[in-house]
Amino acid sequence: MITFENVTKIYARGARPALDSVSLEIPRGQFCFLVGASGSGKSTLLSLVLREEHITSGRGFVLGQDIAKMPQRRIPRFRRQIGSVFQDFRLLERKTVFQNVAFAMQVIGRPRHAIMRTVPDVLDLVGLAGKERRRPHELSGGEQQRVAIARAVVNRPQILLADEPTGNLDPRTSEGIMAVLERVNQTGTTVVMATHDVGLVDQARQRVVELAEGRIIRDEASGYYGGEA
Amino acid sequence: MRLRFVLAEIGHGFRRNLSMISAVILVTFVSLSAVGAALMLQLQVDRIKGDWYDKVEVSIYLCPKDAIDQGNCASGAVSEDQLQAVKDRLESAELAPYVEQTFDQSAQSVFEEYQERFGGSYLTSEVSLEMFGPVIHVRLTDPTKFEVVTDAVGSMPGVLQAIDQSDLFDRLFDLLSKVRLAALGVAAVLGLAAILLITTTIRLSALSRQRETGIMRLVGASNLFIQLPFMLEGAVAALLGSVLAVGALWGMAEFWLADWVERNFAAVMGSVNPADAIMVAPWLVVAAVVLAGVSSALTLRRFTRV
Repeated sequence: MITFENVTKIYARGARPALDSVSLEIPRGQFCFLVGASGSGKSTLLSLVLREEHITSGRGFVLGQDIAKMPQRRIPRFRRQIGSVFQDFRLLERKTVFQNVAFAMQVIGRPRHAIMRTVPDVLDLVGLAGKERRRPHELSGGEQQRVAIARAVVNRPQILLADEPTGNLDPRTSEGIMAVLERVNQTGTTVVMATHDVGLVDQARQRVVELAEGRIIRDEASGYYGGEA
Repeated sequence: MRLRFVLAEIGHGFRRNLSMISAVILVTFVSLSAVGAALMLQLQVDRIKGDWYDKVEVSIYLCPKDAIDQGNCASGAVSEDQLQAVKDRLESAELAPYVEQTFDQSAQSVFEEYQERFGGSYLTSEVSLEMFGPVIHVRLTDPTKFEVVTDAVGSMPGVLQAIDQSDLFDRLFDLLSKVRLAALGVAAVLGLAAILLITTTIRLSALSRQRETGIMRLVGASNLFIQLPFMLEGAVAALLGSVLAVGALWGMAEFWLADWVERNFAAVMGSVNPADAIMVAPWLVVAAVVLAGVSSALTLRRFTRV
């Protein structure tokens, strides 16, 4: 699903690489944590997968496509197969919960009947049934993140990228978000989650890839945040 | 759904950017009014030019008795031979194709016409028949080719002067074309202002909707879909400006200009036709679309790449 071979990313000429010869394979349907200190390269890795940034050297394949050679015009269609969630939710304040989720379908031209059918299902999946008409400021942080997840998965992406999705949330709410992400994973979506949340990682017992200064220093199939306990 | 969505986005942009959008509408309105005025003036000039050139004739003034040293009058009054030579020249193979008709006016008749026209004024008191020579009026097949005739006969002996009337109203047309140039100049400056204004409006609108466009990019909306609301926002504003311009031009022609010209300048300008405003309307709409298109192209290339 995601294959990196010796991928290096350098933002400015002469600067230290943000990613330094990273090789990584994430198979379909996996739940994979990216851990490491701030600046270790987690976010860079995610933005390369989303093709927001160019690979400086090495080879990268996402969903069977060579992300180094992908032409500009193919990017929108490529991104429709990838959902993204961020620490700051990025919801539209003037739209309701339903409209925020529907927005992701509208802007890729999905028909109205498909939207009316799909959005309630997805809101149900993330546990927001009955809150369709609320606006973001009327929701708690955890609920807002659920809306963001609903928006990210409403187009049924094959991959979900989550960049510190629980960074702004308290531990109990974070567990709720984690449960939602696991539910999304169980529907067959590959989930890659960058996080600092020790508790979540230790509890989930999923694959853990640890980055430090742009290099992979640990890759465990069923790991803990800080290595084998 | 798509159309409704795009329209809703445009409506939202309009509400959020109301003052900027109004400025765009007003500037395009004024600049396109200037363009329209120039085009209408051109139509008007073309029309009266036609009317006038139909009436153009060349008048060949022949030497009077009292002529001393003017024109080619060294030998005094025009002689029969000289008169015949001029007539022969007009009928020659060289000039015949340009001449439709000629008619002679005797010195006596010219004198009487003059007296009739200026009778009673001091202009007639010092004037005698001896000061007038006969005149040959030449109607031309192609009124624009008057120079062929004036050049050919103007320097013949016995000819005081060969005058074409176009000289007179060429000056009028010259004035009108300067007015038109001025209008086009104003239109160009305001057009530039309109482009800058639309550019700024689109950029502001884009900035205020960065979060939306960011999400659109993330979920894989096409470039066109992201840019369309902004392009249409500028285009709709420019189109509204052009509609206002057409309305203003038509209103001015219908309710003011036609009447005013009729009363004051009917003899020179002919009548102003308010339908001209409708004739230039498509061009103004095209100009509005071009204005908006150029502005969008300038702005959107930079800020909405994937």
